[in-house]
Amino acid sequence: MFRILEKKVLNPNVTLMVFDAPFIARKAKAGQFIIFRVDEEGERVPLTIADADPDKGTITLIFQIVGRSTQKLNALNAGDSIADLVGPLGVATEIPEGAKNICVIGGGVGCAIAYPQAKTLHKAGYQVDVIAGFRNKDIVILENEFRAACDELVLCTDDGSYGIKGFVTNALDERIQNGHKYDCVIAIGPIPMMKFVCEVTKKYSIKTIVSLNPIMVDGTGMCGGCRVTVGGKTRYACVEGPDFDGHEVDFDELMHRNGTYKEREAECRMMQLADKA
Amino acid sequence: MPNMSQTKVPIPEQDPKVRARNFEEVTLGYTKEMALEEASRCLNCKNMPCVSGCPVGVQIPAFIKKITENDFEGAYDVIHATSSLPAVCGRVCPQERQCESKCVRGIKGEPVGIGRLERFTADTHMIEGNTVIEKPVSNGHKVAVVGAGPSGLTCAGDLARLGYDVTVFEALHKAGGVLMYGIPEFRLPKDIVQKEVENLKNLGVNVMTNMVIGKVLSIDELMADGYEAVFVGSGAGLPRFMGIEGESLIGCCSANEYLTRINLMKGYKDGYDTPVLKSKSVAVVGGGNVAMDAARSALRMGAEHVYIVYRRGMDEMPARREEVHHAMEEGVEFLNLNNPVKLLGDENGRVRAAVVQKMELGEPDASGRRSPVAIEGSEYELAVDTVIMAIGTSPNPLIRTTTEGLEANKRGCLIVDESMHTTKEGVYAGGDAVTGAATVILAMGAGKAAAKSIDEYIRSKA
Ligand SMILES: Cc1cc2nc3c(=O)[nH]c(=O)nc-3n(C[C@H](O)[C@H](O)[C@H](O)COP(=O)(O)OP(=O)(O)OC[C@H]3O[C@@H](n4cnc5c(N)ncnc54)[C@H](O)[C@@H]3O)c2cc1C
Ligand SMILES: Cc1cc2nc3c(=O)[nH]c(=O)nc-3n(C[C@H](O)[C@H](O)[C@H](O)COP(=O)(O)OP(=O)(O)OC[C@H]3O[C@@H](n4cnc5c(N)ncnc54)[C@H](O)[C@@H]3O)c2cc1C
Ligand code: SF4
Ligand code: SF4
Ligand code: FES
Repeated sequence: MFRILEKKVLNPNVTLMVFDAPFIARKAKAGQFIIFRVDEEGERVPLTIADADPDKGTITLIFQIVGRSTQKLNALNAGDSIADLVGPLGVATEIPEGAKNICVIGGGVGCAIAYPQAKTLHKAGYQVDVIAGFRNKDIVILENEFRAACDELVLCTDDGSYGIKGFVTNALDERIQNGHKYDCVIAIGPIPMMKFVCEVTKKYSIKTIVSLNPIMVDGTGMCGGCRVTVGGKTRYACVEGPDFDGHEVDFDELMHRNGTYKEREAECRMMQLADKA
Repeated sequence: MPNMSQTKVPIPEQDPKVRARNFEEVTLGYTKEMALEEASRCLNCKNMPCVSGCPVGVQIPAFIKKITENDFEGAYDVIHATSSLPAVCGRVCPQERQCESKCVRGIKGEPVGIGRLERFTADTHMIEGNTVIEKPVSNGHKVAVVGAGPSGLTCAGDLARLGYDVTVFEALHKAGGVLMYGIPEFRLPKDIVQKEVENLKNLGVNVMTNMVIGKVLSIDELMADGYEAVFVGSGAGLPRFMGIEGESLIGCCSANEYLTRINLMKGYKDGYDTPVLKSKSVAVVGGGNVAMDAARSALRMGAEHVYIVYRRGMDEMPARREEVHHAMEEGVEFLNLNNPVKLLGDENGRVRAAVVQKMELGEPDASGRRSPVAIEGSEYELAVDTVIMAIGTSPNPLIRTTTEGLEANKRGCLIVDESMHTTKEGVYAGGDAVTGAATVILAMGAGKAAAKSIDEYIRSKA
């Protein structure tokens, strides 16, 4: 059993939780993830390690409430426990050698994953700019955390209710046009966002790392469910990723495969509503 | 006077039509009367040919004799002396190629039903036996076991009985390896596996789940932590795909994924959150036990048509005869000498058909089997919405790539010497991680051999 030590609601759809997980905390590096199971009947669900404190033996997870499993997790509070937590899985993010100026781009809850990246890089002495995009003002998360973890923060909202109006891709393109030089871009967020960021950076030949989120089961390379096509080759995101060279990723295929269990997930959400009623 | 019937006492089974739609066990097991009758077919041969066919050397005539004497606990003790998971082996060993293939009764008629009797003995023991497991006195030496499959569990059990402090590190959330995530409930009830794991815990073995070695701790760190030896039984779980067009369509997955969702994650049961593909028509590619399990599971999940698509002939199928027979009875359709070359998708990107090519048998290949040759122009479309790949697995590279000094051959299998010692001091390995996908009993045999070597190794150091 793994105990929840702290719970914080970041916005109505995004929650932060701190877990007691000393083994994982000791090893976790930016870019790695865990798989959790709430209870005996639960699914195995991957979440990125947003933060880890090896001294206290704790890890932080930030998750969007999208379906049954994240709802179940969100229903718990500090002091409660979940059945399983395994990690750290995947390989840590690798910054290309010689890179100095890095732009970290987060979209929506992807910011939860972008944040530890920015923090780690900033600490390691890189010049780090962050572009964080949200649909609107109400769902902005981690603003202060980001400010402390980068050199410059650009906040955008789709509707202009906060920060700059527009998508992260526009902000990125504009900055590059205005003379900002980036050696590497790290993009984390919804698949379409990562795809469009890659289209922008391809124009300028800037190396771009994306963090993929295919459907996973075991997370150890045993099921092949997480396979993605990168540079024409099949790769297992759980063991070889989740980071890949964005210019090589087949995003359309990934988006498509992530829809595999749509019907069943819709059913689960109905069950959840029925449970509440 | 031995029972001279040429056939085994039939074993009660669920009706094929009924069982093809439920996940309960297919074979129901012998009653005492049946077991006594079958046991009396054994001639108690002096030179025991059957024993030479068992990879762990179960004293077959001796345990069968105990059955005829109505001493079921005695029979259990005989089996348990060499096999740590009798209830499992009695169910899943390919007996027709092992112990039973050597039985003299098989020369004229059917061999003695050794597997069935072994299962009867183990099941009877589980219900009636009252062996109190006593925790052995600790000898103060620590050993780590990586992977809680049959090889790891056997190694752990044997070492614990010798007094070692054994910790098993398992990547998944449940111990058991393929016995939990691969082999379906209707062939091997999961309660049986968990009972065996409980027995080990009672022996003092510490089982830590959710521990991916190579990630959370490396082998070197385990050794630095005071584990004097490490046994690696991490299995051969990395699935192969065919590399044909269309494998990334929705509806195409590995047998491992399909079976894990159903078995380990209980996707077939109400109340569990695990999603499983809904299928009308399923093609399972392959001809081994894994293919049979996936096909029979697909039927039980409600598919109307389930095809086994296998590129060789019926005689070349590596699956256990009993499983092929059961699958046929249940309505799985066999397309032998057929090989998919491409998968086609519908407008939603879900598989709608497999393009299948017919094959014929050519000259025998290196394995001695006649190799399949494609027949030009024979392609046809098989309408299916799900394709499950069961064409083999190889060892997971995680441990090999995170442990310096641990060498593998070009198939990725860890290299060991006859004592199961790897190329790294103090590290032993066995089971599918060494041999590639094989059998439960061979994995157990390897775990046993490694336990013996580890004991010798640690005592030689002391
Ligand atoms: C390596 C990795 C790291 C991740 N890190 C985070 C994180 O830090 N924070 C976070 O909020 N989410 C993260 N995700 C996504 C998260 O795993 C999914 O949101 C989760 O599976 C939803 O589970 P559920 O049962 O609540 O919803 P479900 O009912 O399973 O799904 C609800 C919706 O999410 C979609 N979906 C299902 N699985 C995934 C998936 N793996 N990725 C994206 N969409 C999916 C479905 O199509 C559906 O529309 C990560 C995914 C991966 C693979
Ligand atoms: C579907 C299916 C049906 C089968 N049917 C039969 C049958 O009828 N009869 C028969 O004899 N054999 C059968 N087999 C084969 C048999 O199950 C295997 O040969 C046997 O289980 C191998 O045992 P093992 O201990 O070597 O490995 P496994 O059973 O594969 O166990 C390995 C364990 O190690 C864990 N692990 C892997 N990597 C790590 C890591 N880095 N850290 C920690 N833990 C790790 C895995 O999660 C797993 O639990 C079947 C196999 C499958 C897949
Ligand atoms: S362990 Fe397997 S091979 Fe050995 S006697 Fe039992 S059923 Fe036969
Ligand atoms: S060979 Fe057959 S008949 Fe002879 S002892 Fe073995 S099981 Fe009995
Ligand atoms: S999640 Fe199963 S192989 Fe990656």
